[in-house]
Amino acid sequence: MSGDARRPADWTAGAEAIVYQSCAACGGLQYFRRSFCAVCGAADPVEKRASGAGTVYATSLVCRAATPETRAHVPYNIVLVDTAEGFRMMAHGDHDLAIGDHVTVRFVPFAGRLVPYFAKTKSSGASGT
Amino acid sequence: MSFITGVGLTAFGRHEGSSSLDLMSKAAELAIADAGLKRAEIDGILCGYSTVAPHIMLATVFAEHFGIRPAYAHAVQVGGATGLAMTMLAHHLVEAGVAKHVLVVGGENRLTGQSRDASILALAQVGHPDYEVPLGPTIPAYYGLVASRYMHEYGVTQEDLAEFAVLMRRHALTHPGAQFHEAITVADVMASKPVALPLKLLDCCPVSDGGAALVVSREVTSEIGVRVRGCAQAHTHQHVTAAPALSELGAEIAIARAKANAGVAISDVRYAAVYDSFTITLAMLLEDLGLAGRGEAAARVRGGHFNRDGAMPLNTHGGLLSYGHCGVGGAMAHLVETHLQMTGRAGNRQVRDASIALLHGDGGVLSSHVSMFLERVR
Repeated sequence: MSGDARRPADWTAGAEAIVYQSCAACGGLQYFRRSFCAVCGAADPVEKRASGAGTVYATSLVCRAATPETRAHVPYNIVLVDTAEGFRMMAHGDHDLAIGDHVTVRFVPFAGRLVPYFAKTKSSGASGT
Repeated sequence: MSFITGVGLTAFGRHEGSSSLDLMSKAAELAIADAGLKRAEIDGILCGYSTVAPHIMLATVFAEHFGIRPAYAHAVQVGGATGLAMTMLAHHLVEAGVAKHVLVVGGENRLTGQSRDASILALAQVGHPDYEVPLGPTIPAYYGLVASRYMHEYGVTQEDLAEFAVLMRRHALTHPGAQFHEAITVADVMASKPVALPLKLLDCCPVSDGGAALVVSREVTSEIGVRVRGCAQAHTHQHVTAAPALSELGAEIAIARAKANAGVAISDVRYAAVYDSFTITLAMLLEDLGLAGRGEAAARVRGGHFNRDGAMPLNTHGGLLSYGHCGVGGAMAHLVETHLQMTGRAGNRQVRDASIALLHGDGGVLSSHVSMFLERVR
């Protein structure tokens, strides 16, 4: 399920996916795409697709937005999620999410784009991905 | 050695019709006069930025406007840490003999020069353009995220955070230049409009017009000297997504370096000037700097520890939260107030003893940090 494409498209490019990079030289992980590893400097870190599972690290419910496009969605919950793969990312999520909750991603429209949106993982259905 | 020889500060709030250059000029004029200098004696200029009037050469624009031809001039940009970063650079420039009198200036008509939405939008751009900004976060949301985590880890409550807003407002009531003059209570903070929960309107600093300036010189120009005893920086990340664990944030690194550089311990400090863009910022920084134990800063506020007549007077002008925040000049007001306290000129706000002061600035989302110790010398 991971690393099957050279540069898999992710949500920042309109695809329903979260992509991160893994350094073959030092094992470092990074979420913000670069042509090198920010830990050791090695070139061409491997692009991998994340499972979409993670744990809530922090939340903030935005009630005052700054543009007409985002104001239409108020309130929306901004979350930081520690992914199962080991990197941290910003996303949207259900309003009732609490720090430590296990969550799974889906993708929803927001202000004219597709953004990652996390909800609590259903406890049944053992190992989905 | 270097000394802060003069300071200048405008009132914060609405300055209808004043440009960023007008506000910078007003503060600069005050600081130069306070130092007992003439414009022509200023041979270095450091200035910040203006989100209302961005320019690639703001220091030169200002120098021409103000009527100075300095031997050294450029702008500095480190967000909210800019004022202290400029002061640190001026200190080093003066020590290195590059300039004799460096004017450090910040000012912006951020409130009346653009819409509040434009301000919020401009500031939100400190977020990552691909991985954060498309999600519609605001500066309060970035700090709201940090607040939720800090509250979770250290058992801090929203009522605890509200104490800092109440304290800053109480201090602002005694300063005629402050933006806000109505007392508030914890209940008022709790009932204020939600902005980016857990942060509410009164947990957030306002947008202001205003200006602040200071002069850093090689020699004292009056009887009481305020010497830069030591300073240091730390830069751990830019984006909140890439921030280290709460236990590894830059404030602790910067203060450790500054203590070593200055040969000063926290127990020597008599006055504190700490960046307070949001209540959570102030709570965290006080604890990071060692001015309170983890999760204990709010209890110290309740106990009067940070009052004007308390053991560690803090931001006696009202801070960003209640004196106001005009961008670069915002945190420079902390330095101006510290100087007034150290030279016994703070009037009805005067504290008993401000012989050694600790200042701390933060830019971005707790990204860039500058810690500085000032010492009064005669």
